[in-house]
Amino acid sequence: MSTETDDIQQLADQEYKWGFVTDIEVDAAPKGLSEGIVRFISAKKNEPEWLLQWRLKAYRHWLTMTEPRWPNVRYNRIDYQDMVYYSAPKQKKQLKSLTEVDPELLRTYEKLGISLQEQERLSGVAVDAVFDSVSVATTFKEKLKELGIIFCSFSDAVREHPDLVREHLGSVVPAGDNFFAALNAAVFSDGSFCYIPKGVRCPMELSTYFRINAADTGQFERTLIVAEAGSYVSYLEGCTAPMRDNNQLHAAVVELIALGDNAQIKYSTVQNWYPGDKEGKGGIYNFVTKRGKCAGKNSKISWTQVETGSAVTWKYPSVLLQGENSVGEFYSVAVVNNYQQADTGTKMIHIGKNTRSTIVSKGISAGRGQNSYRGLVDVKRGATNSRNFSQCDSLLLGDKCGAHTFPYIEVKNTSSKVEHEASTSKIGEDQIFYCKQRGLSTEDAVNLIVNGFCKEVFRELPMEFAVEAQKLLGVSLEGSVG
Amino acid sequence: MLEIRNLHASINGTEILKGINLKVNAGEVHAIMGPNGSGKSTLAQVLAGRDAYEVTQGEVLYEGKNLFDLDPEERAREGLFLAFQYPVEIPGVNNTYFLKAALNAIRKHQGQEELDAIDFLKIVKEKMKLMEIDESLLNRSVNEGFSGGEKKRNEIFHMAVLQPKFAILDETDSGLDIDALRVVADGVNKLRRKDNAVLVVTHYQRLLNYIVPDFVHVLIEGRIVKSGGKDLALQLEEKGYDWVKDEVDNQPVQA
Ligand SMILES: Nc1ncnc2c1ncn2[C@@H]1O[C@H](COP(=O)(O)OP(=O)(O)O)[C@@H](O)[C@H]1O
Ligand SMILES: [Mg+2]
Repeated sequence: MSTETDDIQQLADQEYKWGFVTDIEVDAAPKGLSEGIVRFISAKKNEPEWLLQWRLKAYRHWLTMTEPRWPNVRYNRIDYQDMVYYSAPKQKKQLKSLTEVDPELLRTYEKLGISLQEQERLSGVAVDAVFDSVSVATTFKEKLKELGIIFCSFSDAVREHPDLVREHLGSVVPAGDNFFAALNAAVFSDGSFCYIPKGVRCPMELSTYFRINAADTGQFERTLIVAEAGSYVSYLEGCTAPMRDNNQLHAAVVELIALGDNAQIKYSTVQNWYPGDKEGKGGIYNFVTKRGKCAGKNSKISWTQVETGSAVTWKYPSVLLQGENSVGEFYSVAVVNNYQQADTGTKMIHIGKNTRSTIVSKGISAGRGQNSYRGLVDVKRGATNSRNFSQCDSLLLGDKCGAHTFPYIEVKNTSSKVEHEASTSKIGEDQIFYCKQRGLSTEDAVNLIVNGFCKEVFRELPMEFAVEAQKLLGVSLEGSVG
Repeated sequence: MLEIRNLHASINGTEILKGINLKVNAGEVHAIMGPNGSGKSTLAQVLAGRDAYEVTQGEVLYEGKNLFDLDPEERAREGLFLAFQYPVEIPGVNNTYFLKAALNAIRKHQGQEELDAIDFLKIVKEKMKLMEIDESLLNRSVNEGFSGGEKKRNEIFHMAVLQPKFAILDETDSGLDIDALRVVADGVNKLRRKDNAVLVVTHYQRLLNYIVPDFVHVLIEGRIVKSGGKDLALQLEEKGYDWVKDEVDNQPVQA
């Protein structure tokens, strides 16, 4: 083992001797980040030279950058040399039955209404052949194939559709876009790729769940979705089940491209990463770059997110509205409880004429949570007759939490119109009492009131997702009032 | 059914209820009348379990149980209902959905099966007719953007669906025009049964023309100073509260 490690260390330290390495029998790279590690990752994945070069460029750029300090969040310094940047997807330890699973976790699953079968899958119980999710996924994949839809892991896409990947990778979030995006570009492990051909309406919600070979989601995930003219796709990311991970830092990149006229992408996220314990210890840092580009006329990109997890969240799903009449939407629910911190919002960049954007942000703060909305509406000179409507509402549960709003608005022409509404309210003792007087428990009352507050966002979610999200909110806020 | 003994309650250190005694039997309708600020809503809220009020003395027995041992939601599930003087808005929460959750919480507590959407809707339809409630109120958020009158009607509609044993109506008549008043009163009257009771809290006697009480109590400055039959309400209407006040002032303090 130690010799293996030494080998890798050597390899990692080598500058550019071997170029392509095809056969390395170890599962993990040593700690730390260097050009050698970037090469190692690329080699491990058998990547073509152009991708290696792309990673290296990103890495070199990253070296010149500093970690952003402007988000309204606090966390301990991250030691980038103290992390492992590659480990082969591990088989989860197989369990024989749910009785071997942490009862606390099962209780949460139950509250979320997750089926037994799904509980088994999530907790790594050996799955009965009848319920084999792989076979479900296979039929699913067949259907997509008939329509010419490509939906696969990022690695598969690099192998099987290199031209498509090469054309679009980094075209919305350039490799050196920001500190975490650059880090991701240098060391990303895997992710999803999705391509919808011209005029095709994807008949089902695509979710990472159905992706074959879906390894552990990984620390540095990369997603690329391309929709051609007249196509439509709805994509679901994440799940409501609590996600634990030993890696503290998660820095994903998602790029959406509504390439042709009338192309539409709807991207929904329910994020429930481990938020840390009640004292705020542990928990995941989620520093994500998500951006979409509406290149086609009348194209549309819609982000919907329900963020309940992570210790620290830093995330601004954005839309570049290039095509005339294109539409960008951002619907967000962000919940912070205990010591969680979230700095999240969106950027709507209006470039084309008659472009429209809608922002609906619902921030819920409980415990000692700190929730910031940060949004930019940037209407360029050429984006005449553009419209934006923003609504940012904050709900406070208790008096030790905080809500902050940082709306930035820039309008460089006179024919456009931007509206911004904001409100902050406390969950009313009178509202809770009213519910209790009708027979509801405090917990149900809070749940009801909070879900009512988020209604405008939940109705943008696909149906099953919405139901789960509502339950998730209840679990996240458990015990925060009364 | 309900017995209040020497009830004292205060808010922020100020005593509002100063020794209330009242007994309500099943099948009875009692009215509590009194000028603004006399403590009528305080009494209603204390009975419902609002914790902003501190009960400093006395006790309340509800169906033989100590009411103050029960949480507000337990009181509700045991059949105690308060129609709020100021019904609360809950944005984004569908009125029908809310009511279904409430009814099922109560049914569950009482060992009855929870109703599914279809059975629940049957009840709603029926009560809607009874209360002449506009269907649109059902699909809107709880009390959100309702007019004053709509809110009051909605309270009685809640009552009709939840079928409480003991209902307190706090100034349900205020803000209602005469037609709405009649509808609300009709609704309440139709719900009157041998095994339930109603406490009507009001400032004016107008409502009592429609919901005829068995007993009328006058509440002034936190005390019930006079009790009588339905005629007392008419007297009050005619002579105002000062008349009772004067009468009380000239009497020796009650034990
Ligand atoms: N939160 C409060 N703090 C202090 N005094 C209050 C509060 N709420 C009510 N009061 C006082 O209690 C008294 C009784 O009020 P209330 O029960 O609402 O009267 P009514 O319903 O008979 O009009 C009034 O003098 C009112 O000013
Ligand atoms: Mg009152």
